[in-house]
Amino acid sequence: MKGLFPFLHGWLLLALLAAGGCRPDADVRPLEEVPGISVPANFPPPVYGVEKNPPTRAAFELGRTLFYDPRLSRTGDVSCGSCHQQFVAFAHASHQLSHGVENRLGTRNAPALQNLRWKPTFFWDGGASHIETMPLAPITNPVEMDETIDNVVRKLNADREYQRRFAAVFGGSGPIDSYQFLRALAQFTAALTSANSRYDKYARHEAGGTLDAAEQRGLQVLRQKCGSCHAGELFTDESFRNNGLDRRFPLDSGRAHITSRGIDVGRFKVPSLRNVALTAPYMHDGRFQTLGEVLDHYTQGMVASPTLDPQFRQPNGRLGIPLTPEERQDLLSFLATLTDEEFLRNPQLAEQ
Amino acid sequence: MKVLHYAAFLLALLASVSLSSCEKDEDSEQGNVTMEFENVVGTAPLQLGSTRYKNAAGDTFTVSTLRYYISNITFKKADGTSYAQPESYYLLDEALPVTKTFTISSVPAGDYTGLTFTIGVDSVRNVSGVQTGALAPSDMFWTWNTGYIFTKLEGRYNPDRSTSPPLVFHIGGFKSPNNTIRTVTLPIANKAIQVREGRTPQVHLKADILKMFTGKSTIRFSELNNVMGGPNAVRIADNQAAGMFTIDHIHGN
Repeated sequence: MKGLFPFLHGWLLLALLAAGGCRPDADVRPLEEVPGISVPANFPPPVYGVEKNPPTRAAFELGRTLFYDPRLSRTGDVSCGSCHQQFVAFAHASHQLSHGVENRLGTRNAPALQNLRWKPTFFWDGGASHIETMPLAPITNPVEMDETIDNVVRKLNADREYQRRFAAVFGGSGPIDSYQFLRALAQFTAALTSANSRYDKYARHEAGGTLDAAEQRGLQVLRQKCGSCHAGELFTDESFRNNGLDRRFPLDSGRAHITSRGIDVGRFKVPSLRNVALTAPYMHDGRFQTLGEVLDHYTQGMVASPTLDPQFRQPNGRLGIPLTPEERQDLLSFLATLTDEEFLRNPQLAEQ
Repeated sequence: MKVLHYAAFLLALLASVSLSSCEKDEDSEQGNVTMEFENVVGTAPLQLGSTRYKNAAGDTFTVSTLRYYISNITFKKADGTSYAQPESYYLLDEALPVTKTFTISSVPAGDYTGLTFTIGVDSVRNVSGVQTGALAPSDMFWTWNTGYIFTKLEGRYNPDRSTSPPLVFHIGGFKSPNNTIRTVTLPIANKAIQVREGRTPQVHLKADILKMFTGKSTIRFSELNNVMGGPNAVRIADNQAAGMFTIDHIHGN
């Protein structure tokens, strides 16, 4: 197999050079070098396919610079990357809640940023419905980056290097505008594909894709007992559910914040389990520090409320998901196989 | 091969002849229409700032901000045919007079007896990612709950009392059950908008902000003074659709 690769690369390069010849801004490096371009074989079709914002090397790198640029915040010291760190799948390590400008605290735990191409909605309450406009919320939120979009655009236009790079990507001689800014940023956020965990290699029958007996049993437990919500290869069905954290939700009503409907009170987005071993703390408010605590909650910590998901009501009247000690151990073993070291260490996704 | 070349040449010639003949066709004559929006409070022109107004419920108030989206403008003829302007999105701002008058070009010639437009932005553009022009992200876009604010009216209620609460009416939302997109059709009484080559009729519209607070349901500011989408935004949107916009007159026909 290895012997074939040089040939494939050669052909690909030739094909790309030929295709690039038609365009003024020919990108001679193979497109495959930009992360997150191809759909992993075990993934469903994405919501935000590459055709929506065709990736290029220059645009991706511009998006990356923006993601790590603290000037996007009012005070110039909080970047997207401040609360979304690559080594923990772009979640915020050891932070129950994240601090924005002037150390202002938010009310929700910063979620991991991964496989955003596949997400129909964003945030714990699903308030943002598009990957391109989603960053407007943290940028303008007073407890996060507390900046206006007009100011961001002004700062970008005042920077020679940004002027040059935006012009290279978008052409034209006009000033940088909010459209260009958000399209460029989406080139990076859409590239955050995590699909090379040991589990993925197992699912795709690739080299290195072996799960031991306990991990395989854990996968079975997950599919049987957690899979109705943490469904499919993305390990989420993207729905909003009340998982019995509290009796009432006076501080954060979750999905109801968006829909104003009583039936949505206490419902929050089902998060993906990819890289879950690293994305502590857990839940929308970061209340659990370890996966053990999370499993304790599901087995014995749930409380009832009117919108509690019916799946958690057992026939015997108890709440939660019963797990034997062995199942619990197997599940934890399996969840560790969802850690994707290639994603966490990909130098292309890191601050340069 | 030569035969093919000749055939292609002939076809091209035919195509160009038929295209150029189209251009001379009377049906393809085009003209412009200028739309002029005047924001009023009852019969008086709206003044931003300290001017006192009274709503239908008798509440005194001032207005500091008025912005709204008008989109998908369609001109209708008596025979039922119509012309829908492509990429038809306008953000009107009382504080920026230049935004309240705009000209629509390339309208097919004809007599139009009806005018239809949306107060707000269609649902598709609410969820299509970042947009440009009038739809570029601004403070008329909700970041925490994706979507445009279709109408924004801000001011103060009871400005002469010691407690003078702010009025915040952010009307928006495109999802059921709190969809506030409203499309209105305004009949053109007496005469039509006559679109002709080389002529630009002006349609003068009035937007009466008092009609935001009465019509289908009368709003009391003591009960409702802070709306950001949701069921109360629907009440205001229904009022807006019921009669906020009227065609006052047309000139230049």
